[in-house]
Amino acid sequence: MQSVSDIKENTEPLDFNKIREDFPIFRQSMNGSPLVFLDSAASAQKPQQVIDTIREVYENEYANVHRGLYKISELLTHRYEGVRDIICNYINAANSHEIIFTRNATESINLIANSFGRSFLKKGDEIVITELEHHANIVPWQLLREEKGIVIKVAPINDIGDVIMSEFEKILGPRTKLVAVSHMSNVLGTVLPVVEITKMAHSVGAKVLIDGCQSVTHIPVDVKEIGCDFFVFSGHKLYGPSGVGVLYGREDLLEKMPPYMGGGDMISSVTFEKSTWANFPHKFEAGTPAIVQVIGLGAAIEYINSIGLKQISIHENNLLEYATPKLLNIDGLRLIGKSINKASVLSFTLDFAHPHDIATIIDRSGVAVRAGHHCAQPLMERMDIPATVRASIGMYNDYNDIDSLIEAINVVHEIFN
Amino acid sequence: MDELRELYQEVILDHGKHPRNFKSIEDATSKAHGNNPLCGDQLTIYIKLSDDGLIQDIAFTGRGCAISMASASMLTELAIGKTESRMNEIFTAFHEMCIGSGNSIELDEELEKLQVLSGVREFPTRVKCATLSWHTLIAALSGDIEVTTE
Ligand SMILES: Cc1ncc(COP(=O)(O)O)c(C=O)c1O
Repeated sequence: MQSVSDIKENTEPLDFNKIREDFPIFRQSMNGSPLVFLDSAASAQKPQQVIDTIREVYENEYANVHRGLYKISELLTHRYEGVRDIICNYINAANSHEIIFTRNATESINLIANSFGRSFLKKGDEIVITELEHHANIVPWQLLREEKGIVIKVAPINDIGDVIMSEFEKILGPRTKLVAVSHMSNVLGTVLPVVEITKMAHSVGAKVLIDGCQSVTHIPVDVKEIGCDFFVFSGHKLYGPSGVGVLYGREDLLEKMPPYMGGGDMISSVTFEKSTWANFPHKFEAGTPAIVQVIGLGAAIEYINSIGLKQISIHENNLLEYATPKLLNIDGLRLIGKSINKASVLSFTLDFAHPHDIATIIDRSGVAVRAGHHCAQPLMERMDIPATVRASIGMYNDYNDIDSLIEAINVVHEIFN
Repeated sequence: MDELRELYQEVILDHGKHPRNFKSIEDATSKAHGNNPLCGDQLTIYIKLSDDGLIQDIAFTGRGCAISMASASMLTELAIGKTESRMNEIFTAFHEMCIGSGNSIELDEELEKLQVLSGVREFPTRVKCATLSWHTLIAALSGDIEVTTE
Protein backbone atom coordinates (compact mmCIF):
# COMPACT_ATOMS: atom_id res chain seq x y z
CA MET A 1 0.00 0.00 0.00
CA GLN A 2 2.68 2.42 1.01
CA SER A 3 4.77 1.33 -1.95
CA VAL A 4 1.95 1.90 -4.42
CA SER A 5 1.59 5.47 -3.26
CA ASP A 6 5.33 6.01 -3.33
CA ILE A 7 5.59 4.97 -6.95
CA LYS A 8 2.62 7.05 -8.00
CA GLU A 9 3.69 10.07 -6.06
CA ASN A 10 6.75 10.53 -8.14
CA THR A 11 5.62 9.62 -11.60
CA GLU A 12 2.02 9.78 -12.65
CA PRO A 13 -0.02 12.95 -12.70
CA LEU A 14 -3.41 12.72 -11.08
CA ASP A 15 -5.95 10.97 -13.28
CA PHE A 16 -8.58 13.48 -12.47
CA ASN A 17 -11.45 11.99 -14.47
CA LYS A 18 -10.96 8.64 -12.89
CA ILE A 19 -11.09 10.18 -9.43
CA ARG A 20 -14.25 12.07 -10.15
CA GLU A 21 -15.89 8.90 -11.43
CA ASP A 22 -15.09 7.25 -8.13
CA PHE A 23 -17.41 9.67 -6.33
CA PRO A 24 -21.02 8.77 -7.13
CA ILE A 25 -22.38 12.08 -5.88
CA PHE A 26 -21.02 13.80 -8.96
CA ARG A 27 -23.23 11.71 -11.21
CA GLN A 28 -26.19 13.72 -9.97
CA SER A 29 -27.08 17.21 -10.96
CA MET A 30 -28.09 20.13 -8.80
CA ASN A 31 -30.62 22.60 -10.16
CA GLY A 32 -29.97 21.15 -13.61
CA SER A 33 -26.18 21.38 -13.63
CA PRO A 34 -23.53 19.08 -12.22
CA LEU A 35 -22.82 19.58 -8.55
CA VAL A 36 -19.95 21.92 -7.88
CA PHE A 37 -18.88 20.96 -4.41
CA LEU A 38 -16.53 23.38 -2.73
CA ASP A 39 -17.24 22.52 0.88
CA SER A 40 -14.92 19.62 1.59
CA ALA A 41 -13.43 21.39 4.59
CA ALA A 42 -16.80 20.91 6.30
CA SER A 43 -17.12 17.30 5.21
CA ALA A 44 -15.84 15.48 2.18
CA GLN A 45 -17.75 13.34 -0.32
CA LYS A 46 -17.25 9.58 -0.22
CA PRO A 47 -15.72 7.42 -2.94
CA GLN A 48 -17.50 4.30 -4.17
CA GLN A 49 -14.80 2.21 -2.49
CA VAL A 50 -15.85 3.47 0.94
CA ILE A 51 -19.54 3.10 0.22
CA ASP A 52 -19.02 -0.44 -1.10
CA THR A 53 -16.92 -1.43 1.88
CA ILE A 54 -19.61 -0.30 4.26
CA ARG A 55 -22.33 -2.07 2.32
CA GLU A 56 -20.32 -5.27 2.06
CA VAL A 57 -19.64 -5.37 5.78
CA TYR A 58 -23.31 -5.05 6.56
CA GLU A 59 -24.25 -7.59 3.92
CA ASN A 60 -21.63 -10.24 4.58
CA GLU A 61 -19.88 -10.07 7.88
CA TYR A 62 -21.57 -7.80 10.37
CA ALA A 63 -21.34 -8.67 14.07
CA ASN A 64 -20.17 -6.97 17.22
CA VAL A 65 -16.43 -6.77 17.79
CA HIS A 66 -14.33 -8.03 20.68
CA ARG A 67 -17.11 -10.29 21.91
CA GLY A 68 -18.38 -13.10 19.80
CA LEU A 69 -16.49 -16.33 19.77
CA TYR A 70 -17.89 -17.07 16.37
CA LYS A 71 -16.28 -16.66 13.02
CA ILE A 72 -17.70 -13.45 11.63
CA SER A 73 -17.19 -11.61 14.88
CA GLU A 74 -13.58 -12.71 14.91
CA LEU A 75 -13.08 -11.72 11.29
CA LEU A 76 -14.68 -8.36 11.80
CA THR A 77 -12.71 -7.71 14.97
CA HIS A 78 -9.60 -8.40 12.97
CA ARG A 79 -10.65 -5.97 10.28
CA TYR A 80 -11.62 -3.32 12.79
CA GLU A 81 -8.33 -3.63 14.63
CA GLY A 82 -6.49 -3.63 11.31
CA VAL A 83 -7.61 -0.06 10.68
CA ARG A 84 -5.31 1.01 13.52
CA ASP A 85 -2.41 -0.22 11.42
CA ILE A 86 -3.66 1.68 8.37
CA ILE A 87 -3.93 4.89 10.39
CA CYS A 88 -0.64 4.24 12.15
CA ASN A 89 1.03 4.11 8.73
CA TYR A 90 -0.90 7.07 7.40
CA ILE A 91 0.31 9.42 10.13
CA ASN A 92 3.54 7.50 10.76
CA ALA A 93 2.90 6.74 14.41
CA ALA A 94 5.27 4.41 16.23
CA ASN A 95 2.65 1.89 17.35
CA SER A 96 -0.84 0.89 16.27
CA HIS A 97 -2.02 0.80 19.88
CA GLU A 98 -1.41 4.54 20.02
CA ILE A 99 -4.42 4.97 17.72
CA ILE A 100 -7.71 5.41 19.59
CA PHE A 101 -11.08 5.53 17.89
CA THR A 102 -13.51 8.23 18.94
CA ARG A 103 -16.62 9.72 17.33
CA ASN A 104 -14.85 12.72 15.84
CA ALA A 105 -12.04 15.18 16.45
CA THR A 106 -14.22 17.05 18.91
CA GLU A 107 -14.54 13.96 21.06
CA SER A 108 -10.82 13.30 20.76
CA ILE A 109 -10.04 16.74 22.17
CA ASN A 110 -12.63 16.35 24.90
CA LEU A 111 -11.08 13.01 25.77
CA ILE A 112 -7.73 14.70 26.26
CA ALA A 113 -9.28 17.51 28.30
CA ASN A 114 -11.17 15.08 30.50
CA SER A 115 -8.54 12.43 30.93
CA PHE A 116 -5.17 14.15 30.60
CA GLY A 117 -6.45 17.58 31.62
CA ARG A 118 -8.39 16.60 34.72
CA SER A 119 -5.69 14.27 35.98
CA PHE A 120 -2.52 16.17 35.29
CA LEU A 121 -3.39 19.86 35.20
CA LYS A 122 -4.00 21.95 38.27
CA LYS A 123 -4.97 25.47 39.17
CA GLY A 124 -2.75 28.06 37.53
CA ASP A 125 -1.40 25.70 34.88
CA GLU A 126 -1.51 27.20 31.42
CA ILE A 127 -2.82 25.93 28.11
CA VAL A 128 -1.72 27.80 25.01
CA ILE A 129 -3.93 27.92 21.91
CA THR A 130 -3.99 30.33 18.96
CA GLU A 131 -6.42 32.91 17.65
CA LEU A 132 -7.36 30.78 14.68
CA GLU A 133 -8.69 27.75 16.56
CA HIS A 134 -11.93 25.96 15.85
CA HIS A 135 -14.43 26.01 18.72
CA ALA A 136 -13.59 22.33 19.25
CA ASN A 137 -10.15 23.40 20.40
CA ILE A 138 -11.40 26.26 22.57
CA VAL A 139 -14.51 25.20 24.46
CA PRO A 140 -13.17 21.95 26.02
CA TRP A 141 -10.38 23.99 27.63
CA GLN A 142 -12.89 26.53 28.91
CA LEU A 143 -14.85 23.72 30.54
CA LEU A 144 -11.62 22.51 32.09
CA ARG A 145 -10.85 26.05 33.22
CA GLU A 146 -14.18 26.23 35.04
CA GLU A 147 -13.47 23.01 36.82
CA LYS A 148 -9.76 23.23 37.55
CA GLY A 149 -8.90 26.90 37.40
CA ILE A 150 -6.36 26.48 34.63
CA VAL A 151 -5.43 29.49 32.50
CA ILE A 152 -5.95 29.72 28.73
CA LYS A 153 -3.47 31.83 26.80
CA VAL A 154 -4.02 32.78 23.21
CA ALA A 155 -1.19 33.26 20.73
CA PRO A 156 -2.02 36.02 18.25
CA ILE A 157 -1.99 35.81 14.46
CA ASN A 158 -1.09 38.56 12.02
CA ASP A 159 -3.34 40.07 9.35
CA ILE A 160 -2.50 37.51 6.70
CA GLY A 161 -3.26 34.68 9.08
CA ASP A 162 0.07 33.39 10.32
CA VAL A 163 0.74 32.75 13.99
CA ILE A 164 3.22 35.38 15.18
CA MET A 165 5.92 33.02 16.34
CA SER A 166 7.80 35.56 18.44
CA GLU A 167 4.59 36.23 20.38
CA PHE A 168 3.90 32.53 20.66
CA GLU A 169 7.32 32.00 22.15
CA LYS A 170 6.79 34.81 24.66
CA ILE A 171 3.57 33.25 25.89
CA LEU A 172 5.29 29.98 26.71
CA GLY A 173 6.66 29.64 30.20
CA PRO A 174 7.20 27.32 33.12
CA ARG A 175 3.46 27.11 33.78
CA THR A 176 2.64 26.06 30.21
CA LYS A 177 1.49 22.47 30.46
CA LEU A 178 -0.20 22.00 27.11
CA VAL A 179 0.00 23.65 23.71
CA ALA A 180 -3.05 22.86 21.60
CA VAL A 181 -3.03 24.18 18.04
CA SER A 182 -4.47 23.48 14.62
CA HIS A 183 -2.19 21.99 12.03
CA MET A 184 -4.17 23.83 9.39
CA SER A 185 -6.83 26.50 9.79
CA ASN A 186 -10.29 25.55 8.52
CA VAL A 187 -11.00 29.21 7.73
CA LEU A 188 -7.70 30.69 6.56
CA GLY A 189 -6.04 27.63 5.15
CA THR A 190 -2.86 28.56 7.01
CA VAL A 191 -0.58 25.62 7.67
CA LEU A 192 1.08 26.15 11.01
CA PRO A 193 4.76 25.41 11.64
CA VAL A 194 3.93 22.54 13.95
CA VAL A 195 7.46 21.15 14.12
CA GLU A 196 8.77 24.46 15.41
CA ILE A 197 5.78 24.93 17.70
CA THR A 198 6.28 21.48 19.17
CA LYS A 199 9.99 22.08 19.75
CA MET A 200 9.33 25.36 21.53
CA ALA A 201 6.58 23.83 23.64
CA HIS A 202 8.68 20.85 24.61
CA SER A 203 11.54 23.11 25.59
CA VAL A 204 9.38 24.51 28.40
CA GLY A 205 8.16 21.05 29.29
CA ALA A 206 4.66 21.36 27.81
CA LYS A 207 2.81 18.60 25.97
CA VAL A 208 1.55 19.27 22.47
CA LEU A 209 -1.81 18.52 20.90
CA ILE A 210 -2.23 19.04 17.17
CA ASP A 211 -5.72 19.37 15.70
CA GLY A 212 -5.17 17.73 12.33
CA CYS A 213 -8.77 17.85 11.10
CA GLN A 214 -7.92 19.88 8.04
CA SER A 215 -4.32 18.86 7.48
CA VAL A 216 -4.78 15.09 7.19
CA THR A 217 -6.61 15.47 3.91
CA HIS A 218 -4.05 17.74 2.25
CA ILE A 219 -0.61 17.29 3.77
CA PRO A 220 1.32 14.09 4.45
CA VAL A 221 1.40 13.91 8.24
CA ASP A 222 4.26 12.41 10.20
CA VAL A 223 3.62 12.56 13.92
CA LYS A 224 7.12 11.33 14.68
CA GLU A 225 8.64 14.13 12.70
CA ILE A 226 6.30 16.68 14.26
CA GLY A 227 7.12 15.21 17.62
CA CYS A 228 3.68 15.99 19.04
CA ASP A 229 2.16 14.14 21.97
CA PHE A 230 -1.40 14.06 20.63
CA PHE A 231 -2.84 14.36 17.16
CA VAL A 232 -6.57 14.31 16.40
CA PHE A 233 -8.77 14.23 13.32
CA SER A 234 -12.22 13.24 12.04
CA GLY A 235 -12.95 10.52 9.51
CA HIS A 236 -15.66 12.39 7.64
CA LYS A 237 -13.34 15.08 6.32
CA LEU A 238 -10.96 12.39 5.11
CA TYR A 239 -13.42 10.97 2.58
CA GLY A 240 -14.56 8.46 5.21
CA PRO A 241 -17.84 8.06 7.05
CA SER A 242 -19.11 10.35 9.77
CA GLY A 243 -19.22 8.93 13.29
CA VAL A 244 -15.57 8.02 13.60
CA GLY A 245 -12.65 10.13 14.72
CA VAL A 246 -9.10 9.43 15.76
CA LEU A 247 -6.91 10.28 18.69
CA TYR A 248 -3.25 9.52 18.41
CA GLY A 249 -1.44 9.71 21.71
CA ARG A 250 2.07 8.87 22.74
CA GLU A 251 2.31 5.53 24.47
CA ASP A 252 3.78 6.78 27.74
CA LEU A 253 0.98 9.32 28.11
CA LEU A 254 -1.84 6.96 27.20
CA GLU A 255 -0.45 4.55 29.74
CA LYS A 256 -0.83 7.10 32.54
CA MET A 257 -4.11 8.63 31.48
CA PRO A 258 -7.28 7.36 33.19
CA PRO A 259 -10.32 6.24 31.19
CA TYR A 260 -12.63 8.90 29.84
CA MET A 261 -15.84 6.88 29.88
CA GLY A 262 -16.73 3.68 31.70
CA GLY A 263 -18.61 0.68 30.42
CA GLY A 264 -18.16 -2.43 28.38
CA ASP A 265 -15.10 -3.09 26.26
CA MET A 266 -12.83 -0.88 28.34
CA ILE A 267 -12.44 -3.12 31.37
CA SER A 268 -10.21 -5.90 32.44
CA SER A 269 -12.44 -7.13 35.25
CA VAL A 270 -15.48 -5.80 37.06
CA THR A 271 -16.86 -6.47 40.51
CA PHE A 272 -19.18 -4.25 42.47
CA GLU A 273 -16.29 -3.29 44.68
CA LYS A 274 -13.73 -2.51 42.06
CA SER A 275 -13.01 -2.66 38.37
CA THR A 276 -9.75 -2.67 36.53
CA TRP A 277 -9.16 -1.23 33.12
CA ALA A 278 -8.14 -2.79 29.90
CA ASN A 279 -4.95 -1.55 28.35
CA PHE A 280 -5.02 1.29 25.88
CA PRO A 281 -6.32 1.74 23.25
CA HIS A 282 -9.35 -0.16 24.57
CA LYS A 283 -9.25 1.66 27.89
CA PHE A 284 -10.50 4.71 25.98
CA GLU A 285 -13.09 2.94 23.85
CA ALA A 286 -16.00 2.18 26.15
CA GLY A 287 -19.06 0.57 24.61
CA THR A 288 -19.69 -0.75 21.13
CA PRO A 289 -17.61 1.37 18.81
CA ALA A 290 -18.49 2.72 15.38
CA ILE A 291 -17.49 -0.63 13.90
CA VAL A 292 -18.49 -0.19 10.30
CA GLN A 293 -17.46 3.46 10.18
CA VAL A 294 -14.01 2.56 11.41
CA ILE A 295 -13.69 -0.01 8.66
CA GLY A 296 -15.03 2.57 6.20
CA LEU A 297 -12.36 5.00 7.35
CA GLY A 298 -9.76 2.34 6.68
CA ALA A 299 -11.11 2.01 3.15
CA ALA A 300 -10.97 5.79 2.70
CA ILE A 301 -7.32 5.94 3.71
CA GLU A 302 -6.47 3.01 1.45
CA TYR A 303 -8.20 4.88 -1.35
CA ILE A 304 -6.13 8.00 -0.66
CA ASN A 305 -2.98 5.90 -0.51
CA SER A 306 -3.81 4.32 -3.86
CA ILE A 307 -3.75 7.79 -5.41
CA GLY A 308 -1.03 9.28 -3.25
CA LEU A 309 -1.58 12.16 -0.87
CA LYS A 310 1.30 14.07 -2.40
CA GLN A 311 -0.35 13.89 -5.80
CA ILE A 312 -3.60 15.07 -4.30
CA SER A 313 -1.83 17.88 -2.56
CA ILE A 314 -0.14 19.04 -5.79
CA HIS A 315 -3.47 18.97 -7.62
CA GLU A 316 -5.18 20.98 -4.87
CA ASN A 317 -2.38 23.51 -4.76
CA ASN A 318 -2.64 24.01 -8.52
CA LEU A 319 -6.31 24.79 -8.08
CA LEU A 320 -5.56 27.15 -5.24
CA GLU A 321 -3.05 28.99 -7.36
CA TYR A 322 -5.46 29.13 -10.25
CA ALA A 323 -8.27 30.48 -8.09
CA THR A 324 -6.44 33.03 -5.97
CA PRO A 325 -5.65 35.68 -8.64
CA LYS A 326 -9.10 35.23 -10.17
CA LEU A 327 -10.72 35.97 -6.84
CA LEU A 328 -8.45 38.91 -6.14
CA ASN A 329 -9.47 40.33 -9.49
CA ILE A 330 -13.05 40.73 -8.33
CA ASP A 331 -13.90 44.27 -7.24
CA GLY A 332 -14.59 44.55 -3.54
CA LEU A 333 -13.37 41.07 -2.70
CA ARG A 334 -11.26 40.62 0.40
CA LEU A 335 -9.41 37.35 0.70
CA ILE A 336 -9.25 36.27 4.33
CA GLY A 337 -6.09 34.25 4.87
CA LYS A 338 -3.10 35.04 2.70
CA SER A 339 -0.34 33.08 4.29
CA ILE A 340 2.22 31.68 1.89
CA ASN A 341 1.93 28.47 3.84
CA LYS A 342 -1.63 27.76 2.97
CA ALA A 343 -3.66 24.93 1.53
CA SER A 344 -7.01 24.28 -0.10
CA VAL A 345 -9.18 26.93 1.55
CA LEU A 346 -10.41 30.21 0.06
CA SER A 347 -12.27 32.42 2.51
CA PHE A 348 -13.49 35.79 1.39
CA THR A 349 -15.90 38.65 1.92
CA LEU A 350 -17.33 41.12 -0.56
CA ASP A 351 -17.69 44.72 0.50
CA PHE A 352 -21.09 45.05 -1.17
CA ALA A 353 -22.84 41.92 0.10
CA HIS A 354 -23.05 39.93 3.29
CA PRO A 355 -21.64 36.38 3.25
CA HIS A 356 -25.09 34.85 3.62
CA ASP A 357 -26.47 36.72 0.68
CA ILE A 358 -23.43 35.68 -1.31
CA ALA A 359 -23.84 32.04 -0.32
CA THR A 360 -27.55 32.04 -1.23
CA ILE A 361 -26.81 33.43 -4.66
CA ILE A 362 -23.84 31.14 -5.24
CA ASP A 363 -25.92 28.16 -4.16
CA ARG A 364 -28.54 28.95 -6.80
CA SER A 365 -25.79 28.64 -9.38
CA GLY A 366 -25.28 25.08 -8.22
CA VAL A 367 -22.07 25.83 -6.32
CA ALA A 368 -21.93 24.56 -2.75
CA VAL A 369 -19.83 26.78 -0.51
CA ARG A 370 -20.20 27.56 3.14
CA ALA A 371 -20.91 30.91 4.72
CA GLY A 372 -20.72 31.73 8.38
CA HIS A 373 -18.24 31.85 11.20
CA HIS A 374 -17.07 28.28 10.55
CA CYS A 375 -16.99 27.53 14.27
CA ALA A 376 -14.25 30.11 14.70
CA GLN A 377 -16.00 33.14 16.16
CA PRO A 378 -12.90 34.49 17.93
CA LEU A 379 -11.09 34.41 14.58
CA MET A 380 -13.95 36.36 12.94
CA GLU A 381 -13.57 38.93 15.67
CA ARG A 382 -9.81 39.08 15.15
CA MET A 383 -10.31 39.67 11.43
CA ASP A 384 -13.11 42.13 12.20
CA ILE A 385 -15.70 40.41 10.01
CA PRO A 386 -19.06 38.86 10.88
CA ALA A 387 -18.54 35.82 8.69
CA THR A 388 -16.84 34.66 5.53
CA VAL A 389 -17.78 32.73 2.46
CA ARG A 390 -15.53 29.73 2.25
CA ALA A 391 -14.75 27.66 -0.79
CA SER A 392 -12.65 24.63 0.05
CA ILE A 393 -11.01 22.24 -2.35
CA GLY A 394 -10.97 18.46 -2.32
CA MET A 395 -9.25 15.94 -4.53
CA TYR A 396 -12.24 15.75 -6.90
CA ASN A 397 -12.41 19.45 -7.69
CA ASP A 398 -11.10 20.84 -10.95
CA TYR A 399 -10.61 24.09 -12.83
CA ASN A 400 -14.23 24.12 -13.99
CA ASP A 401 -15.37 24.22 -10.38
CA ILE A 402 -13.29 27.33 -9.80
CA ASP A 403 -14.66 28.92 -12.96
CA SER A 404 -18.19 28.20 -11.80
CA LEU A 405 -17.42 29.84 -8.47
CA ILE A 406 -16.09 32.96 -10.16
CA GLU A 407 -19.13 33.13 -12.44
CA ALA A 408 -21.41 32.76 -9.45
CA ILE A 409 -19.66 35.60 -7.64
CA ASN A 410 -20.21 37.73 -10.73
CA VAL A 411 -23.92 37.07 -10.39
CA VAL A 412 -23.75 38.44 -6.84
CA HIS A 413 -22.16 41.52 -8.31
CA GLU A 414 -24.92 41.87 -10.88
CA ILE A 415 -27.67 41.56 -8.32
CA PHE A 416 -26.16 43.88 -5.76
CA ASN A 417 -24.76 46.58 -7.99
CA MET B 1 -32.12 33.61 -11.29
CA ASP B 2 -35.73 34.79 -11.26
CA GLU B 3 -36.10 33.55 -7.72
CA LEU B 4 -32.98 35.45 -6.79
CA ARG B 5 -34.31 38.64 -8.36
CA GLU B 6 -37.55 38.06 -6.50
CA LEU B 7 -35.61 37.70 -3.24
CA TYR B 8 -33.26 40.60 -3.77
CA GLN B 9 -35.71 43.19 -4.98
CA GLU B 10 -34.67 46.81 -5.29
CA VAL B 11 -36.58 47.74 -2.14
CA ILE B 12 -34.78 45.12 -0.10
CA LEU B 13 -31.36 46.07 -1.38
CA ASP B 14 -32.17 49.68 -0.61
CA HIS B 15 -33.33 48.95 2.96
CA GLY B 16 -30.36 46.62 3.37
CA LYS B 17 -27.87 49.28 2.37
CA HIS B 18 -29.61 52.21 4.03
CA PRO B 19 -31.57 50.82 6.94
CA ARG B 20 -34.16 53.19 8.40
CA ASN B 21 -34.25 53.93 12.13
CA PHE B 22 -30.79 52.47 12.49
CA LYS B 23 -29.77 53.82 15.87
CA SER B 24 -30.21 53.20 19.53
CA ILE B 25 -32.82 54.93 21.70
CA GLU B 26 -31.42 56.20 24.97
CA ASP B 27 -34.68 56.32 26.89
CA ALA B 28 -36.18 53.15 25.46
CA THR B 29 -38.88 51.59 27.62
CA SER B 30 -37.85 48.15 26.46
CA LYS B 31 -35.20 46.57 24.34
CA ALA B 32 -34.16 43.08 23.32
CA HIS B 33 -31.23 41.44 21.68
CA GLY B 34 -31.74 38.93 18.89
CA ASN B 35 -29.14 36.45 17.79
CA ASN B 36 -29.03 33.88 15.05
CA PRO B 37 -26.25 31.62 16.30
CA LEU B 38 -26.07 29.72 13.06
CA CYS B 39 -25.03 32.65 10.96
CA GLY B 40 -23.99 35.21 13.55
CA ASP B 41 -26.62 37.82 12.69
CA GLN B 42 -27.18 40.06 15.69
CA LEU B 43 -29.51 42.91 16.35
CA THR B 44 -30.93 44.95 19.16
CA ILE B 45 -34.36 46.50 19.01
CA TYR B 46 -35.25 49.55 21.10
CA ILE B 47 -38.84 50.51 21.76
CA LYS B 48 -40.49 53.45 23.43
CA LEU B 49 -44.05 52.74 24.46
CA SER B 50 -46.52 55.47 25.25
CA ASP B 51 -48.68 55.31 28.37
CA ASP B 52 -51.55 53.87 26.41
CA GLY B 53 -49.40 51.06 25.01
CA LEU B 54 -48.63 52.37 21.56
CA ILE B 55 -45.21 52.05 20.00
CA GLN B 56 -44.11 55.65 19.99
CA ASP B 57 -40.60 55.16 18.76
CA ILE B 58 -38.61 52.18 17.58
CA ALA B 59 -35.09 51.70 16.28
CA PHE B 60 -32.48 49.01 15.87
CA THR B 61 -28.76 48.40 15.71
CA GLY B 62 -26.81 45.36 14.67
CA ARG B 63 -25.39 43.56 11.72
CA GLY B 64 -26.50 40.90 9.36
CA CYS B 65 -27.34 40.02 5.80
CA ALA B 66 -29.37 42.14 3.42
CA ILE B 67 -32.53 40.23 4.23
CA SER B 68 -32.29 40.59 8.00
CA MET B 69 -31.28 44.25 7.79
CA ALA B 70 -34.08 45.06 5.34
CA SER B 71 -36.64 43.17 7.37
CA ALA B 72 -35.64 44.99 10.56
CA SER B 73 -35.67 48.32 8.77
CA MET B 74 -39.13 47.76 7.32
CA LEU B 75 -40.37 46.47 10.64
CA THR B 76 -39.41 49.70 12.39
CA GLU B 77 -41.20 51.76 9.76
CA LEU B 78 -44.34 49.74 10.15
CA ALA B 79 -44.45 49.48 13.93
CA ILE B 80 -44.84 53.11 14.84
CA GLY B 81 -48.23 53.85 16.34
CA LYS B 82 -49.21 50.20 16.74
CA THR B 83 -50.00 48.14 19.84
CA GLU B 84 -48.36 44.93 20.97
CA SER B 85 -51.36 42.84 20.04
CA ARG B 86 -51.53 44.35 16.58
CA MET B 87 -47.85 43.61 16.02
CA ASN B 88 -48.43 40.04 17.14
CA GLU B 89 -51.17 39.69 14.56
CA ILE B 90 -49.03 41.08 11.80
CA PHE B 91 -46.14 38.85 12.80
CA THR B 92 -48.28 35.74 12.59
CA ALA B 93 -49.40 36.67 9.12
CA PHE B 94 -45.90 37.71 8.08
CA HIS B 95 -44.44 34.46 9.35
CA GLU B 96 -46.96 32.45 7.40
CA MET B 97 -46.13 34.45 4.33
CA CYS B 98 -42.44 33.72 4.78
CA ILE B 99 -42.88 30.00 5.08
CA GLY B 100 -45.32 29.93 2.23
CA SER B 101 -48.41 28.81 4.11
CA GLY B 102 -51.51 30.80 4.86
CA ASN B 103 -52.17 32.10 1.36
CA SER B 104 -55.74 32.53 2.48
CA ILE B 105 -54.76 35.43 4.69
CA GLU B 106 -56.07 38.69 3.48
CA LEU B 107 -53.27 41.07 2.86
CA ASP B 108 -54.07 44.27 4.51
CA GLU B 109 -52.12 47.39 3.95
CA GLU B 110 -49.33 46.70 6.45
CA LEU B 111 -48.70 43.23 5.20
CA GLU B 112 -48.70 44.35 1.64
CA LYS B 113 -45.64 46.43 2.34
CA LEU B 114 -43.89 43.36 3.69
CA GLN B 115 -44.81 41.41 0.60
CA VAL B 116 -41.40 42.21 -0.92
CA LEU B 117 -39.88 39.87 1.64
CA SER B 118 -42.02 36.93 0.57
CA GLY B 119 -39.26 35.83 -1.80
CA VAL B 120 -37.65 34.04 1.16
CA ARG B 121 -40.24 31.30 0.88
CA GLU B 122 -38.17 29.87 -1.95
CA PHE B 123 -35.13 29.86 0.35
CA PRO B 124 -36.05 28.00 3.53
CA THR B 125 -32.63 28.62 5.10
CA ARG B 126 -33.21 32.34 4.84
CA VAL B 127 -36.58 32.53 6.56
CA LYS B 128 -34.88 33.12 9.89
CA CYS B 129 -33.07 36.11 8.44
CA ALA B 130 -36.41 37.69 7.64
CA THR B 131 -37.98 36.88 10.98
CA LEU B 132 -35.11 37.59 13.40
CA SER B 133 -36.11 41.20 13.92
CA TRP B 134 -39.71 40.17 14.46
CA HIS B 135 -38.82 37.58 17.07
CA THR B 136 -36.71 40.22 18.77
CA LEU B 137 -39.51 42.77 18.69
CA ILE B 138 -42.00 40.33 20.18
CA ALA B 139 -39.46 39.48 22.88
CA ALA B 140 -38.94 43.15 23.68
CA LEU B 141 -42.68 43.77 23.87
CA SER B 142 -43.23 40.86 26.22
CA GLY B 143 -40.36 41.87 28.48
CA ASP B 144 -37.69 39.36 27.41
CA ILE B 145 -34.25 40.67 26.74
CA GLU B 146 -32.67 37.89 24.76
CA VAL B 147 -33.90 35.77 21.91
CA THR B 148 -32.12 33.27 19.70
CA THR B 149 -33.42 31.52 16.64
CA GLU B 150 -32.40 27.89 16.55
C1 LIG C 1 -9.79 22.61 12.46
C2 LIG C 1 -10.96 21.82 12.94
N1 LIG C 1 -10.99 21.33 14.18
C3 LIG C 1 -12.01 20.61 14.65
C4 LIG C 1 -13.12 20.36 13.88
C5 LIG C 1 -14.23 19.57 14.46
O1 LIG C 1 -14.47 18.41 13.74
P1 LIG C 1 -15.69 17.48 14.11
O2 LIG C 1 -16.90 18.33 14.06
O3 LIG C 1 -15.68 16.43 13.07
O4 LIG C 1 -15.43 16.94 15.47
C6 LIG C 1 -13.16 20.86 12.58
C7 LIG C 1 -14.33 20.64 11.73
O5 LIG C 1 -15.04 21.51 11.33
C8 LIG C 1 -12.06 21.60 12.09
O6 LIG C 1 -12.05 22.09 10.86
